[in-house]
Amino acid sequence: MRVNLRVNGRPRQVDDVWEGESLLYVLRERMGLPGSKNACEQGECGSCSVRLDDVLVCSCLVAAGQAEGREVLTVEGLPGASAPSSALSSDPSGDSSEDDRSGELAPIQQAFIDAGAVQCGFCTPGLLVAADDLLRRDSDPSDADIREALSGNLCRCTGYEKILDAVRLAAARGETRRREGG
Amino acid sequence: MDFLRPASWEEALAAKAAHPAAVPIAGGTDVMVEINFDLRRPDHLLDLGRVAELREWEVGERTVRLGASVPYTQIMAELRHDLPGLALASHTVASPQIRNRGSVGGNLGTASPAGDAHPALLAAGCEVEVESRARGSRRVPIDAFFTGVKRNALAPDELIRAVHIDRADGPQQFSKVGTRNAMVIAVCAFSLALHPESRTVRTGIGSAAPTPIRARAAEEFLNAALEEGGFWDTGEAVPPSIGARFAGLASGACNPIDDVRGSAAYRRHAIGVLARRTLTWCWESYRESERRAPCA
Amino acid sequence: MTGTVGVPTRITQGSGTKGGVGESTLRPDGTLKTTGEFAYASDLWHEDMLWGHTLRAPHAHALITRIDLTDALLQPGVYAVLAYADLPAAKRYGLELRDQPVLCDGRVRFHGEPVALVAADHPETARRAAAKIVVEYDVLPPVTDEAAATAPGAPLLHPDRDDDHAPHVPHPNIVRRQPVRRGDIEAGRARAAVIVRQDYEVGMQDQAFLGPESGLAVPADDGGVDLYVSTQWLHVDREQIAPVLGLPEDKVRLALSGVGGAFGGREDLSMQAHAALLALHTGKPVKMVYNRYESFFGHVHRHPARITYEHGATREGKLTHVAARIVLDGGAYASSTPAVVGNAASLGLGPYTCENVDIEAIGLYTNNPPCGAMRGFGAVQACFAYESQMDRVAAELHLDPVEFRQLNAMEQGSLMPTGQPVDSPAPVAELLRRVRSMPMPPERQWESAGEGADLRALPGGLSNTTHGEGVVRGVGYAVGIKNVGFSEGFDDYSTARVRLEVVGGEPVATVHTAMAEVGQGGVTVHAQIARTELGVAQVTIQPADTAVGSAGSTSASRQTYVTGGAVRHACQAVRAEVLEIGRRKFGSYHPAWATAELLLEGGKIVTDGGEALADLADVLEGDPVERELEWRHRPTQALDHERGQGNGHVQYSFAAHRAVVEVDTDLGLVKVVELACAQDVGKALNPLSVVGQIQGGTTQGLGLAVMEEIVLDPEAKVRNPSFTDYLIPTILDTPPLPVDVLELADSHAPYGLRGVGEASTLSSTPAVVAAVRQATGLALTRVPVRPEHLTGT
Repeated sequence: MRVNLRVNGRPRQVDDVWEGESLLYVLRERMGLPGSKNACEQGECGSCSVRLDDVLVCSCLVAAGQAEGREVLTVEGLPGASAPSSALSSDPSGDSSEDDRSGELAPIQQAFIDAGAVQCGFCTPGLLVAADDLLRRDSDPSDADIREALSGNLCRCTGYEKILDAVRLAAARGETRRREGG
Repeated sequence: MDFLRPASWEEALAAKAAHPAAVPIAGGTDVMVEINFDLRRPDHLLDLGRVAELREWEVGERTVRLGASVPYTQIMAELRHDLPGLALASHTVASPQIRNRGSVGGNLGTASPAGDAHPALLAAGCEVEVESRARGSRRVPIDAFFTGVKRNALAPDELIRAVHIDRADGPQQFSKVGTRNAMVIAVCAFSLALHPESRTVRTGIGSAAPTPIRARAAEEFLNAALEEGGFWDTGEAVPPSIGARFAGLASGACNPIDDVRGSAAYRRHAIGVLARRTLTWCWESYRESERRAPCA
Repeated sequence: MTGTVGVPTRITQGSGTKGGVGESTLRPDGTLKTTGEFAYASDLWHEDMLWGHTLRAPHAHALITRIDLTDALLQPGVYAVLAYADLPAAKRYGLELRDQPVLCDGRVRFHGEPVALVAADHPETARRAAAKIVVEYDVLPPVTDEAAATAPGAPLLHPDRDDDHAPHVPHPNIVRRQPVRRGDIEAGRARAAVIVRQDYEVGMQDQAFLGPESGLAVPADDGGVDLYVSTQWLHVDREQIAPVLGLPEDKVRLALSGVGGAFGGREDLSMQAHAALLALHTGKPVKMVYNRYESFFGHVHRHPARITYEHGATREGKLTHVAARIVLDGGAYASSTPAVVGNAASLGLGPYTCENVDIEAIGLYTNNPPCGAMRGFGAVQACFAYESQMDRVAAELHLDPVEFRQLNAMEQGSLMPTGQPVDSPAPVAELLRRVRSMPMPPERQWESAGEGADLRALPGGLSNTTHGEGVVRGVGYAVGIKNVGFSEGFDDYSTARVRLEVVGGEPVATVHTAMAEVGQGGVTVHAQIARTELGVAQVTIQPADTAVGSAGSTSASRQTYVTGGAVRHACQAVRAEVLEIGRRKFGSYHPAWATAELLLEGGKIVTDGGEALADLADVLEGDPVERELEWRHRPTQALDHERGQGNGHVQYSFAAHRAVVEVDTDLGLVKVVELACAQDVGKALNPLSVVGQIQGGTTQGLGLAVMEEIVLDPEAKVRNPSFTDYLIPTILDTPPLPVDVLELADSHAPYGLRGVGEASTLSSTPAVVAAVRQATGLALTRVPVRPEHLTGT
């Protein structure tokens, strides 16, 4: 079947989709957007998290046909879709990632790098989409709120401490930006 | 496999009539797992995602009409005063991602004994509105809905349209045991609703019998004990002996199995503990509201 | 459609003049990993590629009486269907013993064993074709434990064994037996004021890395194959794959794709040989991706163990003797069971001194799932048991459990029960002191919110099982010892190729190794080492592949030590060469060339006094300097078969934990409130990464303590191969994890470092269980602790 949808703001059309394919499969294998990860395909790990019509979902549990006409945001689209990032693209301490691509990162992406929240990185895209979703709703979440919001995203490497650090860091930088009228 | 995308309820009924074996898919939280893991290959998937009315709810005088696809996240946020037990249960469902997609209609459709909504629905009291194109609409009382392990009262050509849940007239609680502090399937679950207007209590038990059940003997005992002791009027604390007996009867209502998630013995034990605790919480909350009421 | 060919990610990272050893520089792959562009094995794509699929056996023990591929081959879109009879060359592979058939050889030895392979144009086509393969089984009763494996007339898992361990085992269903004996147990018993004897059991834990097994095999024009895979050791994969394909090693080229975690689970082959076979058979690129269900069958697990310990101590609290028997279930194939047995035996006393020791460890062949490497590797199981024992003995003696441990703690100069002296710092008592002195988390944190109980801070969490009822706090301590690097005489080396050149006026170092970056941060450290040694800002880390010599395995906490050591070694050789060129060209212009200590710094050759002698650009004049060198740690010795004596290990790593838990004693639910760790890392090359490793290991230990177990049914079939029923800790199960890092240099190791990856996995589990014991008063001799154990149901 044919499926039309918007992904990260761009209209996309894919053909020959098998009716049992998930949105995750279509993103990864038919659209060249492998950022959303296929870690469990049963909604237990959150690695495939995307926003579907602005709602955080596991893309492995969305049938491709259900995405017809919908708007999907993946980790690849985060820089353009989250809170404005340009003012915050690098750590003020100067200890930020030196990569010249860092200007294209969303604040939550930069915070994950700076806080050491990335190890193997397989859970990272899903966590970024989920954490960004949290910060859109609550710019200053408590630790318990962060834990609850990220409880659908498994990480096997970090023990989550540095992921918490990253979300706190992104929230604090957002606060700084707001105070400075950015 | 064909993917059917009805744009309205009528179209959905027509599609189901034409393809009674079609598998309805809404949040996908059950169906897609089975497809991803090659456990199910239906000839037709019937996507209910385009039927807007299924995502609507209406708070009436006595009941809430909850569209079959209203996601748990919305129940938690918007219906916690009218449907406190179900809202608590919704909060225990899996993860934020799943709660954004999963719905009571899906839970009822799957009719797993471990469905988180079921105990709360049983305790609150509700009717499931189902419909077929051929025979129209009918309402199935929740007590008659679950007919076996992952089986329900739906005919092949019927779809679940809504659930009519009694608005809470008293405190309700829902507790679920899992071996993890989040994102876990119930080892067992218990829900209790006090209905001060009728001076009755209702219960719901999940994952401790082939289907979700009520602990009827426990309810009858507690109804009688509360009545005889005049507790509804006095608002006095329920003595531990009543709680213990209630817990024992709730435990006795279970008919659990040993499985990888827990032993039968543990499930019986845990249901007893949850029954006692939820009774305490509900009754404390009832007493508090009674204490406040005269001043109001 | 778009997509990327399987080209691994090249990473360039630069910084000012900083970013050397000891700094918390950021991951060079961090940006790509957050944008979603980092190419993991399952992300690879190739024009015209096929999808491989594996048909697996539904029984744990069976004979295949018939196999018919005809119908599967007839399916449209199917390009190949292969079974055992189609294997072109070597039929078996294996990490230590070549005992595992590439495809089932007619006898199924474990549930989920690969039976046949399909290549097709879509994964669903491949799945449907696999379902059309006809396989008839004659099901046999499985061998599931020691008694059954060694009973008279027990079926032999591998009747034709001719491996090196075979002559030394009491039964052919025992992979390896290793005793470690020292002193005189009877004499110890005679001196003991208390003797504590207890059986323990450890369930089968899974690595549960998040990136499932996957890879892409591309047939090459030269008749060889290029493999893009996620693995822990490219060269050992190749050593096993090439004979299976009937190709010389130089025609089997492996490149590391992005690895989504490993933890030991990628030491053995999974889909590598299968994808290569399909690719060579079809002449097309073949991608294989396991889903989560298949992943549980696609890699080995941590050995479940049954353990008996006897500890004796004097009234004053000195250990008189320790006797132990550790039975590790290796399952159907050996994998790394022999080495796991060696670790269990040689580390089974724990980080303590005791003159009289008698430990026997054995690894079994059974029809259970194959078990092999997982973080902690043979030391985890024993640590749970000996630390439980230490608490029991302390209780018998009415001694404080931490002080009792400190009284018996090993230190530098102590003898291991293998007779090996501990020749670098062993701050066991100090780690315990540090972890104990950390501030305690506040009580009843669920009340802090104000209105009502914050469920998220209670056992049961969001499931609303308690508002404080039945909740009891407990505190527990544990400490462990893990070897670093490959032991027992293994030639453990790594190779690094380092190039220094001037590009556009800027000095640039390039580091090329075959080290598998599995998330640990080795690539970060390599860049730091190059900066420190070569004084450059810009370092390029080449993708890991077999175009460079072996780096050994990313396991045994060894990569920073061994490949880091190789990178340093190669950098130093490059530096020496550069200085030599400089001396030749400019030596006559300044006396310092001959007399001063010279360094490379900021693209210049400088004296240790900071005086610049020459620009690198002038020294190199456009010619790069490159060195590829091997580097090995000090040799180790095999343990003798009878008494297990020998200098078997090269280095040890120590960590201690304090666990604070709250247990709902009515429901048997556990909330770990805090899990603090103190670990000696010798030298933290990257403190941020070190803490990340310690926290990650701690959390896996927590998982084993309270939830993680692969459960088998009586037919030895896996009952919970999914993330729905194999539970790993979520962020709500994982408490704050304060870490105290101690840095006592090991003078034998590069920069004084101590391998960091595993130690925290060991002591975390017994610390949590000790805390639960304190809260409940229960004996709790099995992990994971289940609600049933805590409620007597």
